[in-house]
Amino acid sequence: MSFMQTLLGAGAAVAVSAASALAEPAIIYDLGGKFDKSFNEAAYRGAERWKKETGENYREVELQNDAQREQALRRFAEAGANPIVTVGFAFASTLEKVAPDYPDTKFVIVDMVVNQPNVRSVVFKEHEGSYLVGMLGAMKSKTGKLGFVGGMDIPLIRRFACGYVQGVKAVNPDAVVFQNMTGTTPAAWNDPVKGAELAKAQIAQGADVIYHAAGGTGRGVLQAAADAGVYGIGVDSNQNYMFPGHVLTSMLKRVDNAVHDAFRDGPGMSTGLVVLGLKEGGVDYAYDEYNKDLITPEMKAKVDEARQKIIDGEIVVHDYMSDNSCPVK
Amino acid sequence: MRRIPVWADVVLIPLINLLLAVFVSGLVVLYIGESPVKAMRVLLQGSIGSAYAWGYTLYYATNFIFTGLAVAVAFHARLFNIGGEGQAGLGGLGVALVMMAWDWPHWALALPAGIIASALFGAAWAAIPAWLQAKRGSHIVITTIMFNFIASALLVYLLVNHLKLPGSMSPETPPFPPGAHLPTAHEILAWVGVKFPKSPPVNIALLLALLAAFAVWVLIWRSRLGYEIRAFGHSEEAARYGGIAPVRIIMLTMLISGALAGMMAVNAVQGEAERLVLDSVQGAGFVGIAVALMGRSHPVGVILAAILFGMLYQGGVELEFEMPAISREMIVVIQALVILFTGALDNMVRLPVSRLFHRRGRGGGRAGAGGNG
Repeated sequence: MSFMQTLLGAGAAVAVSAASALAEPAIIYDLGGKFDKSFNEAAYRGAERWKKETGENYREVELQNDAQREQALRRFAEAGANPIVTVGFAFASTLEKVAPDYPDTKFVIVDMVVNQPNVRSVVFKEHEGSYLVGMLGAMKSKTGKLGFVGGMDIPLIRRFACGYVQGVKAVNPDAVVFQNMTGTTPAAWNDPVKGAELAKAQIAQGADVIYHAAGGTGRGVLQAAADAGVYGIGVDSNQNYMFPGHVLTSMLKRVDNAVHDAFRDGPGMSTGLVVLGLKEGGVDYAYDEYNKDLITPEMKAKVDEARQKIIDGEIVVHDYMSDNSCPVK
Repeated sequence: MRRIPVWADVVLIPLINLLLAVFVSGLVVLYIGESPVKAMRVLLQGSIGSAYAWGYTLYYATNFIFTGLAVAVAFHARLFNIGGEGQAGLGGLGVALVMMAWDWPHWALALPAGIIASALFGAAWAAIPAWLQAKRGSHIVITTIMFNFIASALLVYLLVNHLKLPGSMSPETPPFPPGAHLPTAHEILAWVGVKFPKSPPVNIALLLALLAAFAVWVLIWRSRLGYEIRAFGHSEEAARYGGIAPVRIIMLTMLISGALAGMMAVNAVQGEAERLVLDSVQGAGFVGIAVALMGRSHPVGVILAAILFGMLYQGGVELEFEMPAISREMIVVIQALVILFTGALDNMVRLPVSRLFHRRGRGGGRAGAGGNG
């Protein structure tokens, strides 16, 4: 029994030190990896921005597989991290189970809704941002054929695709959009080789603008588009710089803001549902020195007009996830 | 190869292997500009430094005991079952199907059901390669590893298309009913008045793993079937001459092996996740090979090696948390180094050590009678 007591003593010491430590915020990245140049990296940038502003530290971890989610969440909660930000819808069921065990810890989940009193759920209107890049793509396309490469085949990604196609058709009703998904498992977020293959197949069919919503897989999509001399459209982070002259624009999804705001609000943050659309600055299209030569003033005027109309509610972009169907193909 | 004392076989050589692996891992850590001493301390403290740490280490060890025993049993018949990953995955499917089929009233009912389901599914997945080996002579190494891929594809298909909740985006089953929940160490120790942290997932399946280890010992060294398995493993010709049917031995050994691997799901799927997720095995099927090699296919050795690998896994997770500079890929490198040294490069240490003993042995040292190789 004395052995057990030694163990328990050590455990108690850990618990005490955890409680007395300052409540550092923590972030858990999804399987795409912290440096996917897209979704997770946007979250990372938000955390870094907070760090620069406040000079304080945060804790982070990258997962190796699906089964680690619970351990990672509990590990941070036990260590007294607060709030804990989980980046990605795949944390939903784990958070549903873990959050009630730590009622004094605040959790944030991006891209999914978890109905627990200590969880803030941040979701984005990706269809609005995708609509704008779809318009730009259709105006740029010479062949009238465009491509979309999704990551994992889930309603969330179909929401990107549906918004994109609506934007394309708003400019050119006769345009054709080829759509492919990389896979059906989370591995689809980090498979640039397959992303490139899908993009090449779409280019072979005549596509000259390809939009990806595939996290780390998108690197391959943009690469293939640049290699073939056509245009890619980035997602989540601003990816214009990756292949200057070949990335038409990027659909910005401000995951960085979601992370930054959660860290800023700290343990006393509000919980519940937060929806970020064009109006709230949650999504947008990217325009910077890397793509200003690709987007003519006429294109920009047209898309900015639509942007304002969406904000004003004059254009309503259909949300795939509202009824799990898309009015256009 | 000449015999060496048992203690050297089961303790000294693995220890030297381990130290070599630690040394090389230390060099790797040094190379990326981190302190190997600090990494070692985090690894040890994170895996055995507190009750919380032990809770996770033993949870991982439970997985490895099952898969290690699975490989060990097959080894005794000179069958190299490297399909533990797929068999354990299918075991998880069996557990999930049974747990979701009924609103289980109590774990005392759900536990045996989970054991039977996981063992049956695991055994069934091993049965096909076994039959191919026994009847057609298709090499078991090739078939079992190919069956890992088939299992993975099958699980993806079932989870994505049939088992996940409609409308859910994650390929995973809904949570099992509360009655399927297995008592964790926290709950078991609370019955006897001992406090144990609530969050570590170590659960009653650990006791099941220890029971399974004992059962394997009885089977291999105290039963007629075990004798036949070992005889077959040592010499198929002699076993055949002695009236042992190869087809029967191959089938039975592989069924037992597959069942043991499948039972890992009682711990990982029913005990921890309480729902079936993708990749629920987390590589434990392959770690089982290293565990069986390091444990010299003896249940006691398997248990010790499993605890060591449990420490590595849990310590590796802690490294990720405490030293973010050591990325997840680095952790895999360190774990792989240990597997490389203890498993693949075993003979590199074994030969010099046995020569050393042999030289000293002429001077009157006692030659060990044990070993089971």
